[in-house]
Amino acid sequence: MRDIFTELLIERAKKDERICYIEADLMLASGTYAFKDNFPQRTVNVGVAEANMIGVAAGISTLGMIPFTHSFTPFATRRCNDQITLSVSYAKNNVKMVGSDPGITAMLNGGTHMSMEDVAIMRNIPSMCIVEPIDGVQLAGLFPQIVDHDGPVYIRLLRREVPVVYEEGETFELGKAKVIKSGSDVTIIAAGIMVSEAVTAEKILAEEGIDAGIIDMHTIKPLDTDAILREAKKTEAVVTAENHSIINGLGGAVAECLSQNYPTPIKMVGVKDHFGEVGMQEFLAKKYGLTAEEIVKNCKEVLKMKEN
Amino acid sequence: MNRYKYLEDTALEIRKLTIESIGKLGVGHIGGCLSICELLSVLYFDIMNVDPKNPKDENRDRFVLSKGHGGPALYAALALKGYFDKAMLDTLNRPNTNLPSHCDKNRTTGIDMTTGSLGQGFSCAVGVALGARMLKKNFWTYVCIGDGESQEGQVWEAAMLAGSQKLDKLIAFTDYNKMQIDGTIEQINGLYPLHDKWQSFGWHVQVVDGHDIKALKNAILLAQNISSKPSMIIMDTIKGKGASFCENKLSSHNMVVTEDMWRQAVKDLDEMKVRPCN
Repeated sequence: MRDIFTELLIERAKKDERICYIEADLMLASGTYAFKDNFPQRTVNVGVAEANMIGVAAGISTLGMIPFTHSFTPFATRRCNDQITLSVSYAKNNVKMVGSDPGITAMLNGGTHMSMEDVAIMRNIPSMCIVEPIDGVQLAGLFPQIVDHDGPVYIRLLRREVPVVYEEGETFELGKAKVIKSGSDVTIIAAGIMVSEAVTAEKILAEEGIDAGIIDMHTIKPLDTDAILREAKKTEAVVTAENHSIINGLGGAVAECLSQNYPTPIKMVGVKDHFGEVGMQEFLAKKYGLTAEEIVKNCKEVLKMKEN
Repeated sequence: MNRYKYLEDTALEIRKLTIESIGKLGVGHIGGCLSICELLSVLYFDIMNVDPKNPKDENRDRFVLSKGHGGPALYAALALKGYFDKAMLDTLNRPNTNLPSHCDKNRTTGIDMTTGSLGQGFSCAVGVALGARMLKKNFWTYVCIGDGESQEGQVWEAAMLAGSQKLDKLIAFTDYNKMQIDGTIEQINGLYPLHDKWQSFGWHVQVVDGHDIKALKNAILLAQNISSKPSMIIMDTIKGKGASFCENKLSSHNMVVTEDMWRQAVKDLDEMKVRPCN
C-alpha cells in the first residue's frame, strides 16, 4: 500500500505544483523516499517532531500549497491533537495527514505504536474528513478526491500488502459508502482491514442461510448516513467491524446515526476499551476479536436481538 | 516629521487604541499587548511590505503573532494602518465579533495566522518561511513569541528546524517582558540565558530595548542582512508598558480594566504625544 501511495503522490505532484510532503523521520517506513528523489525542493523532513510537522504543514498550506504529512497513527493524531485541532482545522488550513499502521497492523511495534483511538480523536475535530482505504484500487480511486477536497483529511493508511477486495476499474466516491452487497437479514458495516473479514463472514453466514449485506465505510467522516439507514431498513439488524476502539470509532458513529434516526439492534466488533500490545497481526486479531468468526458470532447475536 | 518620531507616535497611538478597546470591554490581556506596541509600529509602518487595500497579496510580507493573546494590540495597529475602520475596535470580544481575544485569520482582515495555543504560531511561521522558499517567493516572514510561550516544547522543535534549514528570510521576536500568569519567568521556569539558547539552535541573535523604535528598526535591518541563519531579536520589554495601572505588574496578564483606569491611561498617553498622528 505504501508503494501505491507514494506513486500516487508522485504522479499527482508531477502535474500539481501545490503538492508537498512533510515527514517526521519515517520516510524509510512510509516508503516516500521516492517522492523526495523526485521533488527534493517540495520535501521537508522535520525530524522526530510531530507537533512541529503539523504546524509547519499548516503554515505552508496558507501559501496555497497542499502538504501531506505522515507519521504512525498514534503520533500522527494523539501526539499532535491540539496542533491538528487549532493550526489545521480551526484555522481552516488544507493539510492532508497520513497515519500509517492503524490499530493491530502496528504488530511488533506494540502497544506504544498501536493506536486504537486515532479515529476517535480525529472524529471529534470539526471539519475533519477521515478516510481508510482498504486496498490499492480504492486508494487510487479516492486519492484524487482527497487532494481535491478543500479541507483537512486524515488518511488511515495501511503500509503493508493487504488482501485485494476490489477489481481494477471499481469506482469510489469520498463521503459515500461502498455497498459491496445488500442483505436481507443483517448488515455488516466495516472499515479498514475488517472489510475483507466481513467478506469472509458473509460467505460463512450464507452457508448457514443468513443473508448478510456488507458496507465498506471507507469514509468514516463525513459518515454516509443515507447508506446506513437505507441498508438498515432492509435488514433491521446491524453489526459494525473496525480495527479500532468501538468507542467513538465506526461503531460509535453508526450507533449515533441509527439511534437518532432509525433505532436498530446493533452489535460492535472492535477493540473493547483496551490498549494494544506486541504481536503478529493474526495473534492480535484473535486476541481482540477482529476476525470473520467474531463478525459471524455478532451477526447471530444481533439476529436474536431482532427477534426479541 | 522625523521618521522615528512618527513611529514613536504611532506606537503611542496603537497603545492608546489598545487600552481603549480593552477598557471599553472591561477585561483583557492588556499586559502582553502593551509590551509589543513599538514592534507593531516599526513592522507595519516602516518595515513590512504590506498593502491594506490588497491584504491577500501573495507577495506580501507575513507577520505571525504567535502569542495570539496580543491580538488587541495587533488589531489596533491594523486599524491604524487602514485594514478596517477604527470603530471596529469597539467590537473586541463582543458577540459575533471579527476581533476575538486571540488572532483568527479567517475573521480579521490583515491577520496572517490563527494563533492562541502557544507555540503553534511559531511552527506555522517556520512553515510559511519554508513554503516561501519552496515557491521561490522573496517575502519576509516575521513572527513574535512570548517569553512564557518560550516554555512550550513546540517553539524549540520549530527553532531547531529553522536553524537546520537556514531560514534566513525568517525574523523572530521574543517579547521578553519577564512575566507570565503565575509569576515572573524566572520564578516559574527560567529562560536564562535566552540569548545563548537561541544561538545554540543556529540563530543569529540580538537583544534590544523593545520600546526603543530606533534600536528595533536597526536590529531588523541588521537581521535582514544575515545570510544562512534565521534571526531572533529578543526584545527587552515591560509588561503593561505605558499604562500606570498595569505597567510592570504581574496582574496585567489578563485583568479587569475600569473606565477610570483606561481614561486616565489614555489621557497620560495623549499628554506624551504632542504631535498629531495620521
